[in-house]
Amino acid sequence: MATNISILIVDDEESVRDSLYNWFLEDGYKVECAENAKKALSLLKKEKFNIILADIKMPGMDGLEMHRRIKALDSDAIVIIMTAFAAVDTAVQALKDGAFDYITKPFDPDDLTHLIRNAAKQISLSEENTVLKNKVISLENIDDIIGVSNAMTKVLTEVKSVAQSGSSVIITGESGTGKELIARALHSNSLRKYFPMVCVHCGALTESLLESELFGHEKGAFTGAMYNRKGKFEMADGGTIFLDEIATISIKMQIELLRVLESKSFVRVGGNKEIKSDFRVICATNKDLNTMVKEGTFREDLFYRLNVVNIHIPPLRERSEDIPLLVSHFIKKYCTSMNREPIDIDPAALNRIKQFEFPGNVRELENMIERAIVIGNGKQIKLKDLPIGQEKNNSTIESLNDLEKNHIERILEKYSWNISRTAKALNIDRATLYNKIKKYNIKH
Amino acid sequence: MQNIILIAYGHFELNSLKEIAGAITREYSSPVVIKEGYMDMDRFFDASRRQYDGNKILKEVDFVHHFEALKKIALFKVDLYIPILTYIFGQAYLNGKTGIASLYRLKNELYGMNSDENLLVERFIKEVIHELGHTFGLKHCYNPSCVMRSSTYVEDIDQKSSFLCNRCKKLLI
Repeated sequence: MATNISILIVDDEESVRDSLYNWFLEDGYKVECAENAKKALSLLKKEKFNIILADIKMPGMDGLEMHRRIKALDSDAIVIIMTAFAAVDTAVQALKDGAFDYITKPFDPDDLTHLIRNAAKQISLSEENTVLKNKVISLENIDDIIGVSNAMTKVLTEVKSVAQSGSSVIITGESGTGKELIARALHSNSLRKYFPMVCVHCGALTESLLESELFGHEKGAFTGAMYNRKGKFEMADGGTIFLDEIATISIKMQIELLRVLESKSFVRVGGNKEIKSDFRVICATNKDLNTMVKEGTFREDLFYRLNVVNIHIPPLRERSEDIPLLVSHFIKKYCTSMNREPIDIDPAALNRIKQFEFPGNVRELENMIERAIVIGNGKQIKLKDLPIGQEKNNSTIESLNDLEKNHIERILEKYSWNISRTAKALNIDRATLYNKIKKYNIKH
Repeated sequence: MQNIILIAYGHFELNSLKEIAGAITREYSSPVVIKEGYMDMDRFFDASRRQYDGNKILKEVDFVHHFEALKKIALFKVDLYIPILTYIFGQAYLNGKTGIASLYRLKNELYGMNSDENLLVERFIKEVIHELGHTFGLKHCYNPSCVMRSSTYVEDIDQKSSFLCNRCKKLLI
């Protein structure tokens, strides 16, 4: 049944080796046998075995000693100790040394089957864990963040140098520029990457809710507090806490936050026990905190405590050279998630996107591409699939001829190059339209 | 066409043997010849375990020449074991010529239930088809209804059918 799990049987009795060999072969495992520990270790040096079934009593090196040496060779190998004697002390010793399990000969066939299945499950879980860990790292790999513009290259260089430092960071930038993505990249490339990154959207919570959310609460602290609850600071122990929209928190919360950042300890709402937590703080805001400090709406001491490093993400309109890359990234992303063949984008549509100012930044661009893929023809994103208003698009055009060319292009796209309908919409005859297409060299 | 030889060691009802032979022909499309076998079973008896050594019996059956045989399956009524396991229902050489199966542990009475001859024959058929499958190179199958699914308890045997699933059938060809 199993296909890629390999088993090594180590026993000095030939009948035991043969019986187990045939049993596992019928189950579809890859099996090898060794009659003593020396041969087993030399086999293990040559190839990897997932599960090793080792007899505890063998001439020469015994099973326990062999187990220690196997673990030195391959710490991932699962070792199951077999014995003809149900000696509890050796069983305990084997388990203390990290053996997966202990089984007494002769085995019940069902016990053996379950033991091997459990071991196989552990192997597959551990492999899955490794794959997922790598995936998580690659998800926020700095090199995978899209941007070739000077402004974005500067941001990514800053992220690389700051990530490992452990200092507090404030990420500023307009809404939709990717502040959380940068925060995740900072976390994933720090030494805290295997600990949690906890996100709190401060703007979405009232003062009392935010307090309970950040510090946790004890049972009965307030109406509805039915159970003890860990706060986000506690959950972020060892990792990173990301406070989004930090500018929205009240002055009272700013004081409390400052105290927590200074002491790295806090008390749950309604509790009296001090809890310590080791976390890194990354904040994000789309407001100008300097101005807020001057106006007295943001505490200066908290600002300086948080603002060790400031990373500013430029708006999309200031880095239009990143747009083609972002567009192709989003096309790929949504085509994959919608189970479609990858499509391309009409150059006219891409030009229109590049001219647009994107007040909602990358988030707006992403939504625009998703929408275009959903409503489009499934082969190419056309101008008509984009919801961009024309008033922004002609801002650079000054000559009347260019204006006319662009208008004709847009109406042709709108009516899918149906000449009659386009001519009717433009209130000209078909021959005139053909002449203008030729004159302006407009191509389908 | 070569035959599959069904060798009965001990007394089995002829009707049951014919039923088993029919099931074998159905699954493996080979004619089946029923034979009686004789063996000094004392040689394979382990007094300390009060069971018979399946490994040695399989070797012995394999050694007995049946030149006309495509495969051989020997039927027993004794309690079989292999050194590492407390009991077995049967065993076979994977991709080999020979298999053995015993109905001893398939009986309801062994588990404190009322005797059921029909159920016993049904279980025995599944066991014989299963072991023969191994001789044809089939390994254990994930399909819950496939006869090649691994069974360590009689309840497991009752859960599956006596038929090979489509995947195993394809592997046979």
